[in-house]
Amino acid sequence: MGGLVYFSSASGNTARFVARLGLSAARIPISPADAMPEPALPYVLMTPTFADGEGRGAVPKQVIRFLNDPGRRALIRGVIAAGNRNFGATFALSGRVIAEKCNVPQLYRFELAGTEDDIARVRAGLEKFWGTECLTMA
Amino acid sequence: MRNPLRAINWNRLEDEKDLEVWNRLTVNFWLPEKVPLSNDIQSWATLRPEERELTIRVFTGLTLLDTVQNTIGAPSLMPDALTPHEEAVLSNISFMEAVHARSYSSIFSTLCLTKEVDEAFRWSEENPHLQAKARLILEEYKAGSDPLKRKIASVFLESFLFYSGFYLPMYWSSRAKLTNTADLIRLIIRDEAVHGYYIGYKFQRAVEKLDEARRAELKDFAFALIFDLYDIEQKYTAELYDGIGLTEDVKAFLHYNANKALQNLGYEALFPPQACEVNPAIMAALSPDSENHDFFSGSGSSYVIGKAVATEDEDWDF
Repeated sequence: MGGLVYFSSASGNTARFVARLGLSAARIPISPADAMPEPALPYVLMTPTFADGEGRGAVPKQVIRFLNDPGRRALIRGVIAAGNRNFGATFALSGRVIAEKCNVPQLYRFELAGTEDDIARVRAGLEKFWGTECLTMA
Repeated sequence: MRNPLRAINWNRLEDEKDLEVWNRLTVNFWLPEKVPLSNDIQSWATLRPEERELTIRVFTGLTLLDTVQNTIGAPSLMPDALTPHEEAVLSNISFMEAVHARSYSSIFSTLCLTKEVDEAFRWSEENPHLQAKARLILEEYKAGSDPLKRKIASVFLESFLFYSGFYLPMYWSSRAKLTNTADLIRLIIRDEAVHGYYIGYKFQRAVEKLDEARRAELKDFAFALIFDLYDIEQKYTAELYDGIGLTEDVKAFLHYNANKALQNLGYEALFPPQACEVNPAIMAALSPDSENHDFFSGSGSSYVIGKAVATEDEDWDF
């Protein structure tokens, strides 16, 4: 199974989701001063959304910084985005932006720290996704 | 020597979240005049008299909660602020609650007869469930109460108590009725989401520094309070929605939002997933134009994979 890289701001919603997921994952640091993870293998990226009412600033700056490196960006295979449906059309918008920029599928969206159903779907979905990914790469 | 009075310096942040949320809230600033409510006049006329009465009552109930949060709730959090920037954010939250409360009156003056509205305001003063939930929250806002319990109460007001009311304009909107009113309500929903997130975030920061016993006490308090509020909400919901047969549908929406309110405080869900299966039409009304791209379950109508805009490294510079 491929890797998981995630960002979670100080509110910790995405970090709580990842902790409950129980998969090993590398965290993009909150502080720009800290070292970025350097994945060696393909990974799925998980990120919250910070968009304003117009959708600006949807992708957190540290995630942009992480993807700004061509080597890291080359290994992204899919994106899972968190958000809040209360933000209407910009719900989980960061996932769509990254999917379009990096030409990878948006795999899933969940709200805040996710529900039990979200955890189960992402766990099963990632397993299946990496299964098919291996087949296509073989 | 007396402590000097200190001016706020936004270039010396103690918590980056303060500036992030300040920017979000100020960029999202709006006024009801921006929404063409008068386009709903014809649609309003298609509602049956009991549906109109229900809608006005729901909006007076929401007005009461916004009034409480504007004049008492948000200001009561200010003395507990850890940073001057947090106080500034709270002053924005307080003012926007006044804008929300004012918005309902804009809806009323556009769509309703003065007599109907006066009757509904009287109803809001006399409805025992509405009064009970506002009082339960006010109890925690009292001077001298526990600052962290105050934050819990505030998050429950922002992220839970509004939703028995927000349901109705989303329902009308899903049936292509009062769609401009729904646009205005969505602006309120968006604001309340930031408020609940921010106050919940400040709560979590404070809880991190506490010992186990105190954490357990706060968690017990939070779950007990949401139970009490839910008990009132159930009755309030039944009284409002039994007449049009929507009570069970609204309750699923309440469970879903109660869980989200708890998440804002860093807690786990209270209601199981099967109790939170919100009518998909309501979910779609909440976030229109946000297609359900679910690659994993294949349930979405489509998923996004790039409109293949070649990415240049410069795209990622900022």
